Amino acid sequence: MFWLYAAARAGAVAFFVGLLTFLMTRALPGDAAFRIAAGRYGYDMVNAAAADAVRRELGLDQPAWVQLYRWMADLVQGKLGNSMVSGDPVMHEIAHQLGHTLQLSIAAWALALLMGVVLGVVIALRPTSWLAQGLQWSATVLRASPAFLIGVVLSLGLAVHLQWLPVAGSDHGGHLVLPALTLALAMAAGLAQVVSHQLQAVLRSDYFEFALTKALPQRAALWRHAARNIAVPVLAYSGVQLVLLVEGVVIVETMFAWPGIGHALVHAIVARDIPMIQGTALVMGLLFVLLNTLLDLFHQRLDPRLLNTRSAS
Amino acid sequence: MPHSPLPKTRSTHRTSGLTRRNCLLVAASSVLAFSSAAQIAPAKASMTGSNANRALMVAAPWEIGSLDPSKNGFVFSRLEITETLVEADQQGDLVGGLATRWDVSKDQLTWRFKLRPAAKFHDGTAVTAETALRSLERAKANPGVLGNAPIKRMAAEGDTVVVELTKPFAALAAFLAHNSTQILAASSFNADGSVKAVIGSGPYKISSVSPPTKLEAVRFEQFDGKKPAVQAINYLASSRGETRGMLAESAQADLVFTHDPASFERLKQNTKLQFHTLAIPRTIYLKVNAGHPLLKDLAVRQAMSLAIDRSGIASAILREPKAAATQLFPPILAEWNVAAMPALVRDQVKAKQLMLSAGWKPGADGMLSKDGKAFKVVLRTFTDRPELPPMAAAIQAQLKEIGIDVQIAVGNSSEIPAGHKDGTLELGLLARNYALVPDPIGTLLQDFGPTGGDWGAMGWSSTQVRSALDSLSASADSTKRSALRGSLATVLQAELPVIPIAWYQHTATSSKRLGNVQIDPLERSYRISSMVWAK
Repeated sequence: MFWLYAAARAGAVAFFVGLLTFLMTRALPGDAAFRIAAGRYGYDMVNAAAADAVRRELGLDQPAWVQLYRWMADLVQGKLGNSMVSGDPVMHEIAHQLGHTLQLSIAAWALALLMGVVLGVVIALRPTSWLAQGLQWSATVLRASPAFLIGVVLSLGLAVHLQWLPVAGSDHGGHLVLPALTLALAMAAGLAQVVSHQLQAVLRSDYFEFALTKALPQRAALWRHAARNIAVPVLAYSGVQLVLLVEGVVIVETMFAWPGIGHALVHAIVARDIPMIQGTALVMGLLFVLLNTLLDLFHQRLDPRLLNTRSAS
Repeated sequence: MPHSPLPKTRSTHRTSGLTRRNCLLVAASSVLAFSSAAQIAPAKASMTGSNANRALMVAAPWEIGSLDPSKNGFVFSRLEITETLVEADQQGDLVGGLATRWDVSKDQLTWRFKLRPAAKFHDGTAVTAETALRSLERAKANPGVLGNAPIKRMAAEGDTVVVELTKPFAALAAFLAHNSTQILAASSFNADGSVKAVIGSGPYKISSVSPPTKLEAVRFEQFDGKKPAVQAINYLASSRGETRGMLAESAQADLVFTHDPASFERLKQNTKLQFHTLAIPRTIYLKVNAGHPLLKDLAVRQAMSLAIDRSGIASAILREPKAAATQLFPPILAEWNVAAMPALVRDQVKAKQLMLSAGWKPGADGMLSKDGKAFKVVLRTFTDRPELPPMAAAIQAQLKEIGIDVQIAVGNSSEIPAGHKDGTLELGLLARNYALVPDPIGTLLQDFGPTGGDWGAMGWSSTQVRSALDSLSASADSTKRSALRGSLATVLQAELPVIPIAWYQHTATSSKRLGNVQIDPLERSYRISSMVWAK
């Protein structure tokens, strides 16, 4: 049942993402053939002749519904078409980019969880200390800052002035640190606040007080009675933050010249490369569904009550 | 009963594997994975290590969207991976490339290009006239410049590529220097003719390419010319200006191209960098729809030209007072720039008089109208070149001072040729490259033909300009050519089918680790093969 539901969710996402991106790209002003020609040949070389050649080659003069039907029919057969700009199969390009995006997203998410939990616990345990106050304050500032700003500040500090890390590129792991940290900081700020609120609620609870009363050391009490209780809302929240991650990837990848899907999406939109926009948006949508499904599964493992209620009903 | 820790057996009741040990293991391994992936040390070493064997890192805004020479050929020719039959030197003069020399028949209809005898492709095969022919035929069939040349037939004869023309065309050699005509080895192509790998014959060969951002090249040891001092190149495409600025500042990149004027000013405080500003044959101008009811009157176009404060725009936006255009062709195009021609200047009083003489009267708010109709036009521009939108805003303000109401529409570069085609364009602000091929005639033929051009004239044509262009294409006589160029420039200055605003400045920075850095005014090559590492 669970997997059926997940599959239906993925199918619906694929359909609507495909339909919406198609409608949105059609609704954009300007002539697609000229846009694509500009993307292909560079703007010095784009002219009416190049645009006409593009129009003929790609069948852009066909009615919109024919183009949408073709894309959908291809999608059912597992094909995503060819990029209008490079001419290569979209699937091939995305496969290359997906690895980079996954690497970045997983690193950022793991880093955010780690930082969020550690900082959240520090804030909750000593809420009045200057460290906790400072952390609270910076968490608020970070949450309000766009990924772009965080990225520039981090690059200026860690790459330009200290020269510890490279500014941009994707040659070795060192290039992963700045973009991952940029994404993670914004997410960790929110997570730390959720962790500290939840933990403070647990610390005030009767069962925690009882654990301490029976002389359990604080660390053991935290681990046995608080960890799993706060893990449930924290995971749920980090699931919500996936949106932030997907959105951040688009900006951060372009900024750090990280050749992932977000970077490809930005360039596909500029060049009006419709199959590429549909393909990248689709993969990002499905990735979102996949991660949410995994979270749901994990959630059920953490909180057996969810399974019990389901089986009872 | 003494207090004891909770019985260990409790863990067996757990339904999940979420033990403390597991959690710690996951946390520790994620930290380890992240830090080991990070390998911070090599990053630092590459920035401070010795020069001898290091790869030179180039950062530029141009992405590698495709391996096809007709699309992204310039990336490979700039990195000296591929060669064309003809090349251009630092002065923009044509010199031998893959062809050592070329001869033209007396009737000017047959050109013979003799290939470099020892030239080899990166796959070890010899460069032959047949392989060159295949690339040239492909270039002619694809969008690019070669399709515009009057070519009847191309053939391979021994070590010579023969090109037969339908009519004399003096700029053929310049056309064969365009990057879309670069010569690739036979093994570069798939069976269907598409490009699977870029196997050129230049001093550097590709060792890995990961479109769209990254390319690595190493010295091609079998190159038949001078051996470059720089052994390897890393190319990084970064479309964001601020990222490129930081790449230069952090010394991660050795050579960075195209800085926006404001960050270039800021970068100048950095003592570890060398700065290069070079006037290049690219002019920023207003493309005017001279067939439009409001703009067809020459007096109106002259008034608009007189209203524009070119030196103000050049100093404030381009941060380079010398960039203010006094005519269409910049001084770097020495043969085309007519020094004696009266310069385009600002004169608001005269501009207002001209508008008045054309029947446009200012209302109470100073805005012009004729027969109850206001003078309102839309100016289209685009963001590919970041200085264009602020320049459009300055022009809007300056035209308002003489009563012309301009609306700005910032979009994609393709909206200018698209607006030209459907006739909806009124004004367009753009930067035009006169070095598509080393001879500006390649651009001018496209821009000032009988029906104008996508990036050039619109609703305007001049028999004098057309015949000058025809004669220039056909004639090789230098005195005659000089007179023709002069007359062409004079007509364009007088009739203003396009209103010149500024001459483009190319900006680049290089690390002081690099010596012998030359910036190519034609933007054809990064000239890395002639650079050396500073001692």
